[in-house]
Parts: sequence; structure tokens; C-alpha cells
Amino acid sequence: MDPERYTADEMMTVAAARALRDGQACFVGIGLPSRAANLARRLHAPGLVLIYESGTIDTKPAELPLSIGDGVLADAALSVVSVPEIFNYWLQPGRIDVGFLSGAQLDRFANINTTVIGDYREPDVRLPGSGGAPEIAASCREVIVVMRHQMRAFVERVDFVTSVGHGSGPKDRRLLGLRGAGPVRVITDLGVLEPDPESAELVLTALHPGVSVEQVRAETGWDLQVAAELSATPPPSAQELSVLRGMRTVGS
Amino acid sequence: MPLADAVADLVHDGETVAFEGFTHLIPFAAAHEAIRQRRRGLTLARLTPDLVYDQMVGAGCATKLVFSWGGNPGVGSLHRIRDAIMTGWPVPLAIEEHSHAGLANRYVAGASGLPFAVLRGYAGTDLPLHTPTVSTVTCPFTGERLAAVAALNPDVAVVHAQRADRAGNVQFWGITGVQKEAVLAARRALVTVEEVVDELTPVPGAIVLPHWVLSAVAVAPRGAAPSYAHGYYDRDNAAYRAWDAVSRDRAAFTGWLERLRGATAAAS
Repeated sequence: MDPERYTADEMMTVAAARALRDGQACFVGIGLPSRAANLARRLHAPGLVLIYESGTIDTKPAELPLSIGDGVLADAALSVVSVPEIFNYWLQPGRIDVGFLSGAQLDRFANINTTVIGDYREPDVRLPGSGGAPEIAASCREVIVVMRHQMRAFVERVDFVTSVGHGSGPKDRRLLGLRGAGPVRVITDLGVLEPDPESAELVLTALHPGVSVEQVRAETGWDLQVAAELSATPPPSAQELSVLRGMRTVGS
Repeated sequence: MPLADAVADLVHDGETVAFEGFTHLIPFAAAHEAIRQRRRGLTLARLTPDLVYDQMVGAGCATKLVFSWGGNPGVGSLHRIRDAIMTGWPVPLAIEEHSHAGLANRYVAGASGLPFAVLRGYAGTDLPLHTPTVSTVTCPFTGERLAAVAALNPDVAVVHAQRADRAGNVQFWGITGVQKEAVLAARRALVTVEEVVDELTPVPGAIVLPHWVLSAVAVAPRGAAPSYAHGYYDRDNAAYRAWDAVSRDRAAFTGWLERLRGATAAAS
């Protein structure tokens, strides 16, 4: 037994980092995705190419950025391009392998909401909005979502479609002309969800250590199905935890 | 040109103004001058409205916000903007919302002298339902349906740069965002700079804007603080974190605003 204790957030970040492969080009959202992507680069994927919407290409920041446009990202980048260029030349043609995103709400077809909770004109909560996410979700070869698993966030249907996952079923992406595969995995602090190949609906495919199916269902706003082969996430190794805990955010 | 004169000459009530900057080189000094001069009825455009638009909206300068991501990065919400949208304090604020790719391409079209730009975007999202400057266009060569966004040509663009030479040519580097496009899309452009130098020696990745596309250059040392100017000073992350408490509370914000305005009265 590993005597090391760790938090559910740490398990989520480690599981997300493991999902990235060495040599991939990854378009990174700020927050949870950025932490996990930088962890992957420090562990098994030193050749992971990190790209941020501020225009920094292949950046290797020594500290985690607080914002998407921090100076550390520019200092440590192979190249820095303008915002129109990062979207038009780098993201749009489909040359990025993985889009790494988070959100405030996510639904059973992995559509993402970062715009409003409630009605658009009279929202209960006004969120930051789109940023680069809609086109990241549309154009990367595949998308991985990292977010905390809570009832209020994992909903039957998002209040606002900021970024399209699988729309309302398996044919929607093709009908909409979206060329990437869309979300292939949703990694949470409880487990992993993946779209069913037939229905495109998210199903539970892995549980993190110590988490039960009932617990995940209790935090999911739709009738969550469980994959025939439910796997168990290996707990964080001592090395994964020590590298994760050693990462500092700029100015903190 | 002194900054106060440049803002008075170039930024007029009721106009569309883009104070651009993508985390880096945000033109705080110029925006604070617009607050002191009590500009009203502005349409404020920017991909990433952060503290400076929160401050302008809270001060009552704006009636509309055109944006693609509004927040205090890594900290939380912009409470003055949220208050204006949801309760109309101190004045109602209309919004026009895009994605980064869409709004960036609106500036590209504006800078290119085209009526619209084409991109792969917005398909299947709810944004086109609420944003009249997003539409679709059919490719005349392939028949493919693509997103179209209307050109954005601000009345004035305001940006901050590291330096200018004595002729008024401007150079900036690091994360350069969408400032070149915003300046070239705008009818007038005001640039504040950290310093004036004899010669703009080459810097890797730098953008140079020639003096003849700019209306005015004003020297404003630390004019991007608390954001940063690459090679000059770092981002003051503590100030961004501290803003949250000011922004949350109308009284705390009003106190901040009085101090900002008082600072000029004392100086003049």
C-alpha cells in the first residue's frame, strides 16, 4: 500500500496528465488543464508541445502561469505569434492533436458551458464567456475535458452551448462541419467518463481509488450508465505527487 | 503629446473604443485618463476585458461591451461589469459576445478593409442566437458553409507599447495579442509607450507600427501597470487579486474611483 495521502483534486490532475502523450501538440486552457499539462511535461511527456491562446507555441514555463498571457509563457516559448495567427493558422486547420479544456457546466453529450447559468438575457450567474474554447473544441483532433464532478456542473443539458461536444448525438459533429473528434474523455475528481461509441452519451469508464459508482451517480445530473468494463485508476505515484506539489504558480 | 491631451483629442463620448491588450501591455494609464475625463456612452471593444474595463464600466463610461472572455484571470469575476449587466449600476450595459477567434477575425477584417471575415467557428454553439455580427457564408468554390463575422472598425484604438522613436514609430514585443489589427482597423489610434529612444533596434518577434498609421504617441512610464510590459516590469499579480474585494463592493469601488479622480485634481 502507498502510505501517501492525496486529495481528489490531485488524483484528477494526475489522471489528466497521464492522458497526454509525449510528442503531442496540446492547446491548453487555463486553470486545471494548464496544471495537468505542465505536470505531464515534467513526467512522462517531456516532448509535449504546449500551445496557449495568447500565441505562445511550445512553451516550457518553469512556474505555472496565473493567466493565459503571463510573461513566463512568452519567455519560455519557442515562438510567440499574434492572437489571430494562433487561431487562424495553428488551431483552425486541424494541426493540434489535443484540446485540453474545462468548464462550469457539462452535459451528457459533453457540450460545455462557460457563458451563463440560467437564461442568457437574465442569467442567474454570468460566467466569463467563450475565450478560445469553441474553436478549440471544434478543431483539435480530439478534446479532453478536466473538471470537478459536482451535481450542479454535470447536467442533463447545459444552459448555454459555449463549446460543442457531441451536440445531441453521434451524428451532430459531422452535420455541423466540425472536423475534430470532439471530447474523447472527461476526467473528474471521481473518475473518467467517455462517450459511448454508438450513442455519443458519456458513460462512466473508470473510477478513482476509493470512489463508488453510487457516489459518481449522486453527483451526475443524468441517468449515468456504466461501461461494461469499468477500470480502476491507479493511485498517484510518489513521483507524480512530489512533482505536482513542487509546481508553483507565478507570484504566489 | 501629453496623455491627457491625447485622450481629450482622440477619445470622444458615444464612440466605439478598443483599449486592446492580451494580458500583456494593457493600456491602464490611458483608460484611467478616460475615466478622469468622465467619458460617457462608450462602446468598449476588447477580446479580454479585465480590470481596466471593470473600472471603466463601474465609473459609468460605457453603455456597451463587445468581448469574448470577461474575467480577472486566475482570480474570478469582474463584479462591476456583472453589476452593470444584471442591475444596470451605474448605467445599463449592453453586451455583444463572441469567441476569441471570432472577435480577432472581426479586427482582421477591419484592418484588411473588408466587410467581413470567414472562419471555421460558432457552428452548433448558442452564440449566433444572441450576436447579430455572426452569420454564415457559403464558399463560392467548394460550397462549404462557414462562419462569417462583421468587420470591427473602432473609432479609436488605444494600445500600450514598450517604446517609440522620435519620429513616432512604435515597437512592441512579447505577447502581442491583437493590437496590430486593432490599430489598423481603427479610424484613429493612440499609443502610450514606456519610453522614447533614438533608434528602434531590432527585437525578436517585435511588431513595428509606422508613425503615419498612428494619431498620437504619449509617453506613459509604467502605463500598463498592474499588467506588465515585457522587458520593463512584471505583472502585479497581487494587485489583480486585491481588485476582487474592491470590485465586489459598490462602496469600496466608489472610494477607489474618488481616489483615482482626486489624484488628478491634486496633480493639476
